Amino acid sequence: MPLSVHIVTAEREVFTEDGIDEVIVPGIEGEMTVLPEHAPLLTMIKPGVMRIVKSGEEIDMAITGGFIEVRQDRVTILADAAERAEEIDTVRAEEARRQAERALEEREADVDLAAAAAMLQRSLMRLKAVERRRRRSGTRPGPPGV
Amino acid sequence: MATLREIRRRIRSVQSTAKITRAMELVAASKMRRAQENALAGRPYAEKMHWVLADLAETLGLMDPETIHPLLRARDEATAIEIIHITPDRGLCGALPGNLNRSIAQFILEKREQTPEVAIRIVAVGRKGRDFTRRTGQEIVAEFLNQGDYPGYEDVRPIAGVAMDDFIKGECAEVYVSRGHFVNTVTQEAEVFKLLPVEPPEDASTHGVDYIYEPDRAAVLAELLPRYVERTVYEAVLDAIASEQSSRMVAMRNATDNASELVSDLTLVYNKARQESITSELLDIVGGVEAMSG
Repeated sequence: MPLSVHIVTAEREVFTEDGIDEVIVPGIEGEMTVLPEHAPLLTMIKPGVMRIVKSGEEIDMAITGGFIEVRQDRVTILADAAERAEEIDTVRAEEARRQAERALEEREADVDLAAAAAMLQRSLMRLKAVERRRRRSGTRPGPPGV
Repeated sequence: MATLREIRRRIRSVQSTAKITRAMELVAASKMRRAQENALAGRPYAEKMHWVLADLAETLGLMDPETIHPLLRARDEATAIEIIHITPDRGLCGALPGNLNRSIAQFILEKREQTPEVAIRIVAVGRKGRDFTRRTGQEIVAEFLNQGDYPGYEDVRPIAGVAMDDFIKGECAEVYVSRGHFVNTVTQEAEVFKLLPVEPPEDASTHGVDYIYEPDRAAVLAELLPRYVERTVYEAVLDAIASEQSSRMVAMRNATDNASELVSDLTLVYNKARQESITSELLDIVGGVEAMSG
């Protein structure tokens, strides 16, 4: 029986789909592949790119950490923020990265360093996810919502 | 007796006020719906987190109080408590800000009476509550103004961060949240609930599943707890916004109703006055004719 995958953030449900063959997530203890019939599991996810394989097709998601729960072929990911690669505006990601880098360099008193570092990491993840898509499909990703 | 022109002017001015309040009512209604949708959209996350925490807490109840996670640890002697006071930034929303401020004032007075030695610190979210607590001379440790109508999770996180920091550092023994709770479109309640220390939900319907926790239970719990607190604050903020908008919607609807009532009253007065002036003019003419023919 294939997996059903749900990715939820505190703000919304990002992804819900049945019939998934395989989920590959950047687990806290290394990359981890979840196949059907997996034992009940609860663990943390590192920021990175996760992959969902459905009948030979791969879907990439940038993920910034969170939890994964596996229970009876139902995979629930409590994500801090998960966005579909298509959704990601590369320009925005790059701009966010520049801004975060600037903030890190300037070390302004009122700039929260931790927030800046997190922002930098997040935008790097987005870029990575977009790049992976671009390499495989050989085309540039369209604007969000297309 | 007001002249005809004066009455006409008043009618027009009341009508344009009604137009504005009507528009504000519609805007508030759509913002309220959106705030509710936002609150609902996060429900699956909250539910999952809720019962994972319940599951963890069940086994961790046996844990050594020495090694318990700091966000769970109840303090014996309290020197200070902190209240996150969530209020609207803007007015024109009926009695809600007043009710919220009255509710927190009552809460503070009760605490003062029970434990006079405990300091009370305020984290003010929203201008109405900030102004009130400042005016009444409370200690404000942080203020978050202009969160906007649809704050994201990222916007709300710092609020929870301040509270957790102070709690972990031992600067306060308890953290409460005061906010408007959306009951339905016409009812909002001012409520205060305890945020920290986290009291894990006890309805541990663990679904009889024995999870493999990686790396281990304590590590997962340590990651989960701050997010649980953030999520709780986020939910409280969304709830507060929904109640603000519904309160504003009701207030503006009342204002519109009052205005149209006023318009119909004024129209009656206007017609009467018009009729009177016509009658007196007629009498003048008739009187004149009589005098000439007489």
